[in-house]
Amino acid sequence: MIYIITTWFAPSSIHRSSLLIMQRILYMIEKEFKQLRRNKVLLRMMLAAPVMQLILLAYAANFEVKNLKIAIVDQDHTTYAQRLAGKFRYAERRQIGNFLFQGYLPNSKSAYEELLAGRADLVLIIPPHFERDLGKENQASVQLLVNAIDGTKGGIASGYAQTIIRDFNLAIRTENIDFDAGSLAGLNVTNQYWYNPRLEYKTFMVPGILFELMLLIGGMIAALNIVREKEIGTQEQLNVTPIKKHEFILGKLTPFVIIGLIQFTLGLVVGRFLFQIPIEGSLLLIYGFAFLFMLLSVGLGLLISAISDTQQQAMFVVFFCLVIFILLSGLFSSTQDMPQWAQYLNLLNPLKYIIEVGRNVLLKGSTLRDMQSQFFTLLGMAIALIGLASWRYRKTV
Amino acid sequence: MDKAVTTHKLTKKFGDFVATDEITFEVAQGEIFGFLGANGAGKTTAMRMLCGLLTPTSGEATVAGYDVYTQPEQIKQRIGYMSQRFSLYEDLTVRDNIRFYGGIYGLSRAELKTKSASIIRELGLDSVADALVESLPLGWKQRLAFSVALIHDPKVVFLDEPTGGVDPITRRQFWDKIYEAAHNGTTIFVTTHYMDEAEYCDRVSIMVDGRIKALDTPTELKRTYGVDSMDGVFQILARGTSGK
Ligand SMILES: Nc1ncnc2c1ncn2[C@@H]1O[C@H](COP(=O)(O)OP(=O)(O)O)[C@@H](O)[C@H]1O
Ligand SMILES: [Mg+2]
Repeated sequence: MIYIITTWFAPSSIHRSSLLIMQRILYMIEKEFKQLRRNKVLLRMMLAAPVMQLILLAYAANFEVKNLKIAIVDQDHTTYAQRLAGKFRYAERRQIGNFLFQGYLPNSKSAYEELLAGRADLVLIIPPHFERDLGKENQASVQLLVNAIDGTKGGIASGYAQTIIRDFNLAIRTENIDFDAGSLAGLNVTNQYWYNPRLEYKTFMVPGILFELMLLIGGMIAALNIVREKEIGTQEQLNVTPIKKHEFILGKLTPFVIIGLIQFTLGLVVGRFLFQIPIEGSLLLIYGFAFLFMLLSVGLGLLISAISDTQQQAMFVVFFCLVIFILLSGLFSSTQDMPQWAQYLNLLNPLKYIIEVGRNVLLKGSTLRDMQSQFFTLLGMAIALIGLASWRYRKTV
Repeated sequence: MDKAVTTHKLTKKFGDFVATDEITFEVAQGEIFGFLGANGAGKTTAMRMLCGLLTPTSGEATVAGYDVYTQPEQIKQRIGYMSQRFSLYEDLTVRDNIRFYGGIYGLSRAELKTKSASIIRELGLDSVADALVESLPLGWKQRLAFSVALIHDPKVVFLDEPTGGVDPITRRQFWDKIYEAAHNGTTIFVTTHYMDEAEYCDRVSIMVDGRIKALDTPTELKRTYGVDSMDGVFQILARGTSGK
């Protein structure tokens, strides 16, 4: 049995009839779709965006996991140690990961230096007595130092390394049956990516990208839409009509939620058939969450439109929020590796929760029960945002 | 309720700047009330307070018998407003715009249908009813906006420089529509800086730097200031303050 000690190495880092209310909302929605139908550029962009982003990121993924630089500290100098090292040196030939062997290092101090300087992404340390322990005690440990500045890359590197070590483990056990007194079950190494066993970057990315796009549509398109009405003066025209606050809010909310769900569907179809992402969990559940998240996104857009007077202002605020949300979301790097303050900030990041939901429900098949804390957090955020937006929206200034 | 609009020392300040300074006046029902003044005199500000778009700093005002502070929603059901900026949707058709605003004002399907047909017929827009509003000439757009502002048969309609930027003939046509609405009992509250249009009003007020300097019928104003046109009256009042 080989234990792997993975060290994550990251330096410095009502008096009216309800019918009339319905009627107004319906006229608002109808108008919005009529306008959208005529806005060919926006329409095309909204439909093309999920497909394009997914394809783009899939290519980026190929680039991302290539050329992982590995160095090895062999303190044992035995046959087994060399065989294990060889597995890493020639991993590429057998298409397990893409390690670029950088050479042997004398000791762990130099290993740290290599990591610090960025000359290695991963250092495998084979301690003294590796072979002896493996033979005598039927277990031994190796140490993996992973450069986790880029958390995703680090995660993938460590995942590949574990796969290789497991391979090696299996190999020595099958060729040396008496080595293995127990069963093969003892071979399991801790693998934090167990629900994405092939460690496919795109499988991991697709759910994230889908929701990131929904936030973009909800936040940006809705905010710009309303601020544009302010700019051209139709908002003022609406404000002299007897339309009620909640009618206006619902009239703006509904079309964008519908558009967001259409886009989500499109993205899901592309993800499923072009990238073979699994859909392990309930489709109804994932749509329920998509609906909730879209409400939240449009709520954010409404709030931003309420505090902006021009499209430029709105655009700036949306970008500011989006960039922070996306960077902290765990879409590109693992949230656990972020500094404490970033993790606290992340408690307010809706994208973080929905990406957790997306990955868990789609890839792992999690249920609503598993996701209830995310559900209540997102629900609370949606209510807060829509509530704030309604409160800020004034017909009379 | 016998007055369409009343104000008493109605004031709006933006910071230290007094845009509308203690204006007091009354507008009778069915009257065409002209609200004159140079650019920046405070006409739009006053109008926006009356329409419930802007909260006054102080003073009182009622529209159609309702208080602007406490009953803005009741006011909104009973007024039409055509803002200084053209405010129909340019990316919707003539028919779509009528349908949208009619729908928002709570017209029934049947009402919408007849209103839509009669507006398009009266304005002679049959050939462009399904064209985008952006493709119409400015004069047509303005008359359409006016008709849309009247779609729910409001008691008072506020027109903020409704004829800005069009030729005299088109303006004359627009005023025909105003007369027609007034004839049907709608109170017209209109701002303009075209002095010939002032002659068409029942009464006019002349605003200078946020204050009302004169308020009477055009005939009476001309007699008081001893000139033969409203332009003459305006020159005396406006120059009187800015010259000294
Ligand atoms: N929201 C505002 N904030 C600050 N000043 C304003 C605002 N609205 C109008 N003003 C100022 O009030 C004055 C009167 O404006 P306005 O009522 O639009 O005049 P008019 O319609 O007669 O041309 C102008 O000097 C204008 O700059
Ligand atoms: Mg004005």
